[in-house]
Amino acid sequence: MMKIGLIVNPIAGMGGRVGLKGTDGKDTLIRAIQMGARSEAPEKTIKALQQLLPLKEQLLVFTCSGDMGENETVQAGLDYEVIYTSYRNTTSDDTVLAALRMQELGISLLIFAGGDGTARDIYSAIGQKVPAIGIPAGVKIHSPVYGNTPEAAGKLAVEFLSGRLVQLVDEEVIDIDEEAYRNDVVMTQLYGYLKVPVIDKWIQNKKAPTPLSDKASQMSIALDIADNMAKDVFYLIGPGSTTKALMDVLELKKTLLGVDIIRNGELVKADCNEDEILQIIGDSETKLIITPTGGQGYLLGRGNQQLSPKVLSKIGKRNITIIATEGKLIQLNGNPLRVYTGDECLDKELSGYYKVLIGYGMSRMYKVEG
Amino acid sequence: MKDYGFKNHPYIPNSGPEVQKKMLDYLGLESLEDLHAEIPEELKLNRPLDLPKPYGSEYELRRAVEKLLSKNSTTKEYLSFLGAGCWQHYVPAICDEVNSRSEFLTAYAGEPYNDHGRFQTLFEYESLVAELLDMEVVNVPTFDWGQAAATSIRMASRMTGRGEALVVGTIDPDRLMIIENYCDPGVKINKLAYDEKTGMMDLGDLKANLSSNTAAVYFENPSFLGFLETNGSEISRLAHEAGAISIVGVDPSSLGVIEPPSAYGADIVCGDLQPLGMHMNYGGGQSGFISTRNEERFVMEFPSRLFGVAPTVVEGEYGFGDVAYERTSFGNLREKGKEYVGTQTALLGITAGVYLSTMGPKGMEELGQNIIQKSQYTIKALSGLKGVVGSRFDAFSFKEFVVDFNGTGKTVEEVNKALLLKGIFGGKDLSKAFPEMGQCALYCVTEIHMKEDIDRLVSAIKEIVEE
Amino acid sequence: MKRIIRKNRVRSFHQARWNEPIIFELGSAGERGILVPKAEEEIVEKVGNGFDSIPKGMGRSVPLKLPEINQKRVLMHYLRLSQETLGGNINIEIGQGTCTVKYNPVVNDKLAASEKMSELHPLQDTSTTQGILEIIHRTDLMMREISGMDHFSFQAAGGSQATMTMASIVRMYHRLRGEEEQRDEIITTVYSHPSDAAAPALKGYKIITIMADENGRPDYEAFKAAVSERTAAFVVANPEDTGIFNPRIKEFTDLVTAAGGLNCYDQANANGLYGVARAREAGFHMCYFNLHKSFGTPHGCGGPGSGAVGVISELRDFLPKPLVEFDGEKYFLDYDIKNSIGKVRAFIGTPQVVLKAYSWIMSLGAEGLYEVAKVASLNNVYLIKRLLKYKGLELPYREDVQRIEQARYTMEKIAKDTGFSSGDIARRVMDFGMHIWSSHHPFYIPDPLTLEPTETPSMEDLEEYVETLHHIFDEAYNNPEIIKSAPNNSTIHMVDESSMDDPDQWCPTWRVYEQKTKEE
Repeated sequence: MMKIGLIVNPIAGMGGRVGLKGTDGKDTLIRAIQMGARSEAPEKTIKALQQLLPLKEQLLVFTCSGDMGENETVQAGLDYEVIYTSYRNTTSDDTVLAALRMQELGISLLIFAGGDGTARDIYSAIGQKVPAIGIPAGVKIHSPVYGNTPEAAGKLAVEFLSGRLVQLVDEEVIDIDEEAYRNDVVMTQLYGYLKVPVIDKWIQNKKAPTPLSDKASQMSIALDIADNMAKDVFYLIGPGSTTKALMDVLELKKTLLGVDIIRNGELVKADCNEDEILQIIGDSETKLIITPTGGQGYLLGRGNQQLSPKVLSKIGKRNITIIATEGKLIQLNGNPLRVYTGDECLDKELSGYYKVLIGYGMSRMYKVEG
Repeated sequence: MKDYGFKNHPYIPNSGPEVQKKMLDYLGLESLEDLHAEIPEELKLNRPLDLPKPYGSEYELRRAVEKLLSKNSTTKEYLSFLGAGCWQHYVPAICDEVNSRSEFLTAYAGEPYNDHGRFQTLFEYESLVAELLDMEVVNVPTFDWGQAAATSIRMASRMTGRGEALVVGTIDPDRLMIIENYCDPGVKINKLAYDEKTGMMDLGDLKANLSSNTAAVYFENPSFLGFLETNGSEISRLAHEAGAISIVGVDPSSLGVIEPPSAYGADIVCGDLQPLGMHMNYGGGQSGFISTRNEERFVMEFPSRLFGVAPTVVEGEYGFGDVAYERTSFGNLREKGKEYVGTQTALLGITAGVYLSTMGPKGMEELGQNIIQKSQYTIKALSGLKGVVGSRFDAFSFKEFVVDFNGTGKTVEEVNKALLLKGIFGGKDLSKAFPEMGQCALYCVTEIHMKEDIDRLVSAIKEIVEE
Repeated sequence: MKRIIRKNRVRSFHQARWNEPIIFELGSAGERGILVPKAEEEIVEKVGNGFDSIPKGMGRSVPLKLPEINQKRVLMHYLRLSQETLGGNINIEIGQGTCTVKYNPVVNDKLAASEKMSELHPLQDTSTTQGILEIIHRTDLMMREISGMDHFSFQAAGGSQATMTMASIVRMYHRLRGEEEQRDEIITTVYSHPSDAAAPALKGYKIITIMADENGRPDYEAFKAAVSERTAAFVVANPEDTGIFNPRIKEFTDLVTAAGGLNCYDQANANGLYGVARAREAGFHMCYFNLHKSFGTPHGCGGPGSGAVGVISELRDFLPKPLVEFDGEKYFLDYDIKNSIGKVRAFIGTPQVVLKAYSWIMSLGAEGLYEVAKVASLNNVYLIKRLLKYKGLELPYREDVQRIEQARYTMEKIAKDTGFSSGDIARRVMDFGMHIWSSHHPFYIPDPLTLEPTETPSMEDLEEYVETLHHIFDEAYNNPEIIKSAPNNSTIHMVDESSMDDPDQWCPTWRVYEQKTKEE
């Protein structure tokens, strides 16, 4: 019997139809309801769950009462058990508590429906301990933990549960500045990583060798850097899953959201702040390896407080190596990578074309803008 | 060049002026010139190509090309004893029939559904060659033996992480050039010494050269010079001891009667499919195979496509697809995209499959036996001639053998010139490639040679060396 | 007599379905497919049975488990499988974009099947092969004119091998000038063929790729930033696989030449350029053509083909040896190539393929080739306009940027609405006896479709393709089940590919399949 968890954020997506950007915050929600917003998440959840019907006999869904999962599971026709009950309008706390409970019960997969906010709540609860798949039902979806469509999310769950070859990758959970967003300014930041199943197979028409999957690409990038690391030089490794792959190859632990310093293949200090970095590198030659995070192609910016203008000036532009998978670059849709150090002059200095390392011995000329 | 064109050419249906006007009108274009409007004038040729006048009819074309071809004299008109990488064997009519079918001849890269036939025939070719070689994985074929050997060496280099390969000293210098170019940079190729008497690998030299940087040891059976290497087990053992991979290049026409390299420790087996149903085509019939055991670490290193069988959603139906299409060994992650897949020699692979299914085990056995008997007969007869040594090496030769003319006082060039006047192509002159052997030639005898052909050769050479 | 009404442009098709067993399941012990000559008695008397001469331990002891099948059954098997293969000459071959699958004239195959071609041994005295040598040399001269290059070699037997040949020449060239270490980078574009990166990478180069700008052409500023004293060469296709021609190509090649690098032209997409634009005027030092693409020789399920490599005179001495030359009286093989890269393929390549290309060119001439380029482009632009009538199918980048001989489309809107991808559409297209191709990976353009009509379809063929594709898009919206279950009119049904990436389950040969299925 396979046990999975289901949490639905019933108010996700309500703002969108009436032109509001999300429903975070009680006031916005009230406005939305007044404007006649209908809940969309339940309908989308049912669509996703229906994909799981072929596995009905072996599946037990742990879920929450009412609109937070129970109703949808009933409508989809799957067997379930309510393990969390909420008696009022649901909040973030409910999501977190429910997820924690499901994790205790030993689920093999957590399916959730909502937007960026929901993804953040799930992450706060389970971190990387349980694989998760998101059913897109929110307006604000910058986190790539969601399937492209509810059906796609459902199909992915089926593949994973059927034991077919599916990889688990670290997908970014994005934090977005709510105020700014409502004023039409999108400011995203990396919040964390969920472990998400991904089908990385190119099935059709093999006339040329397929490029590596994102995961394998990250490895090949990592091998290139590792093979060519200079002796007696400090390397600052920025946050991200692509930079994490480098640390994996070197058999060192990586702070997913922070900056680590290594030298001669050894970890000098993990998760450093600005002062620690300046103190350690002093005036020695230092190289910086960074990868875009946060969904908008930011290399340096909100969230990279450790890589301050002081630190960057010490390193120097030519010692900065940008790494990224092709998949990541394609997602940018032609938009440049961005730097936002807070120092306008420095931003300008760091702008220009870089050879972004995308594989072993393979680079892409890419524009960076301050 | 302004808008003159070939009106109503049979290969260009829309070359008629009425159709073109219709299409241009639909597109809102004035003339055909508009189609290349965005190409700047400086890049345009702006004059007609200066090419020979084309033939106005298929008849004239055919007549003219046949006239050119008639300047050739073939191995049907001359009695040929040439080999050296391309061999004259009988091509069963069924092979020509199947590979000239328009469906196979003009297919390219369809899916396992609409090109099911292509996938199945290639899977079957892989499987049939696997039986012949006694191996488990065979690639969709590459260009030729040299390429197959070169790729095998690179595979070994990736697997072991090492940068040097030792190759047998009696390798064809042309084949060696292919390997060297393909492996540069990345794998250094070193030739080993060979025993003067037997031609076989000098094991002392092998031992001296094996190191912790040796990725592979490559040898051939039969050798390029025709003799069998009987120390295969020892060579493989020494290679394995040093952590290297044993690669053996084989002539598949021998494997009906000669032991396959799997029996003497080979990890990768490569060679040429040309003897299995391909016309010589002036060197255009070559096709290279690579094969290994079905172990993940080997499979992951193939740059070629590997077709595998699989079920479909309908019971009882065979489907096919690509095995391990994404190959992500560490070696491959460093070299991903460094070897490439593209148009190689698929139709020749299909032909080899047809050949092997037609010949069957008995046919391959009889083929091998016939070749041995005839080549032994030739060697014996030539040895009876004054100054001629039928086979220079003190070893058993399959199909090809080195005829030593040093005792005759004549050069191979002179002998071959005289043979040519008698309507015979003598064996390949080895004096430049292997100067240490003096005046020697590589003769090839196959099942297509009848006793009368061999007798004719012997008496021709007799005349030449005795004059 | 009743008239048989045939109004539908959308074909009611079913591919042959024989459900043939695998060859190993055919025949029975003792059956023979062919008899092999036996040695004459006198020979047997002199040398014995042959087996006894084989050194001990070298005779085959491993049983040879080939199937034993009578000749007719073998033939039936392969003829049936050929019916289950969709050759280019049998269908409206528009859907294999970038492959330039056009009509392969049968007369050329007949010529190449002549014994005067097939029974030649590559090492025959050249006095006996003047015919084929002349054909090769004449083709060399014609290709010089077509490209503007000064010398051709036909030794490479495929496009990727030709690119590898060019990369080898690049390395040798810089090696001789003492700049091999310094020049370790080769630049290419994302819309050139993947082999344009892979083959140079094999030759030890670091690859820098350039993306397209908003007009779909290689980004000039990015390219400029990439060129340096480390640049060994620029390898590029033009037009690229999107069908878009880079009009600034000469600026690109000038930058590289000025920096001391070499410009290598991948002319796999030459079909729309004959007599219009050439390698030379665009600043290239070398180029290659796929004879099995734009020169009309058959693809053979994936070879044998030929990759003709042309170079400017300064680079002639780097070509692989031997070259076919003419001394005024006779044709000969010139092995004395001073700085040759050695060899890339056995002997001199695939002469029977060169013969077919020669014959193709000679049936068209200068006017004909120009017509090929014009009509290939005309067919393409016509196809684009007709196809785009379907709302939801779009051209990426700007629609008004000209496409030459092929086009990459995006069906992103249709995919979003219906949930069907290019792959799903491809499986349904097969139910109508056609192909469609998406793109090389990765998909820079979402939900791509790449189509190349070439000059050989008629208007009627084009219309059939358009109507069929429109019909299928309609099905995506209105009859999704038929697409989900596709193909239904093909030779087989959906393949279960789950075993293909699992080392415990994959079966790359019959013997592995037998092992794995017997264990149950």
